[in-house]
Amino acid sequence: MPPVGPRSGDAIFANVERVNAELFTLTYGAIVRQLLTDLEEVEEVNKQLDQMGYNIGIRLIDEFLAKSNVSRCVDFKETAEVIAKIGFKMFLGVTASVTNWDADGTCCSIVLEDNPLVDFVELPDTCQGLYYCNILSGVVRGALEMVSMKTEITWIRDMLRGDDAFELQVKLLKQVPEEYPYKDDE
Amino acid sequence: MIGVGKMKQYSNVLDRPLSKGKQEVSLSAFAFLFSELVQYNQTQVDNIAELERRLEDAGYAVGARVLELLCHRDKGNRRETRLLGILSFVHSTVWKVLFGKVADSLEKGTEHEDEYMISEKELLVNRFISIPKDMGTFNCGAFVAGIVRGVLDGAGFPAVVTAHFVPVEGQQRPRTTILIKFAEEVLRREARLG
Repeated sequence: MPPVGPRSGDAIFANVERVNAELFTLTYGAIVRQLLTDLEEVEEVNKQLDQMGYNIGIRLIDEFLAKSNVSRCVDFKETAEVIAKIGFKMFLGVTASVTNWDADGTCCSIVLEDNPLVDFVELPDTCQGLYYCNILSGVVRGALEMVSMKTEITWIRDMLRGDDAFELQVKLLKQVPEEYPYKDDE
Repeated sequence: MIGVGKMKQYSNVLDRPLSKGKQEVSLSAFAFLFSELVQYNQTQVDNIAELERRLEDAGYAVGARVLELLCHRDKGNRRETRLLGILSFVHSTVWKVLFGKVADSLEKGTEHEDEYMISEKELLVNRFISIPKDMGTFNCGAFVAGIVRGVLDGAGFPAVVTAHFVPVEGQQRPRTTILIKFAEEVLRREARLG
């Protein structure tokens, strides 16, 4: 019998196939380094990382929904909690917390204290403008877009820039009503 | 509880204690990331050879770091200096850390003295990858070949390393063989050491 209700992030993570985080970390590092060599401008690298994340996000949401058994969230608050508690745990094995809600509940921060992407990483002087983990913001943006939420994501804190945690501000721009992907007359 | 991090702040990455390497992420997270690596590199090249070279370069960067990390953590700042030693280090230690298991086999080439092969029935990076027909013999294992080359080169064993699909009888999917061809100087040194 399939489990009823959403599964916890821990339970899912314990049941999926896993790989050593160092392979993941170093592979990500190799990607960033390749982008820095190819694109030269740090700004361009930030953009490309975000794009890669977006590409991942729009595919990852399927797996997320299939494995987590999460049903439709009642509001954006629940969505944010689900991302932090289940999403991050299920894929990266770390949990995040949600804070800094604005008054109307459309903007919050996801705070990560543990981040497998940044082990062994230090930003050199020439890369100070780099959002090293920008792929994560792309993932969240892409995944949310697939469940009809347009969001804008900004890094507020970054441990590689000397802050005490990673803080990702997620702002809900609008909820797109679901439509059929085609029109009758087309 | 903002700002109450459990991670201590270090100004320098080298002051941080080395992790034990037990942390894990989901295989899908890695597969998604790897697929982006391949797709991005596809936009940067005109042909398959170039694509393999770029994946190999990315792997090389990983291999160089893995060698350093494992020599520090697992081998008390020592590294292998003999040919068979370094090969078994790659086949067992490196493979186990990166892919969670020892490689399926390590063999010496039958035709050439300087060739060795590490084979894997289902290479982790090829798990979710199928090669379109028009891409011929392209193998994403080039990334792993790069890792191997990075480890070997860093340890003083320069070699040409390539990844190949080898059909297995009775199996639908071919296995991947990482072919290592050592530079002449490596074999000369090995012979001198006796």
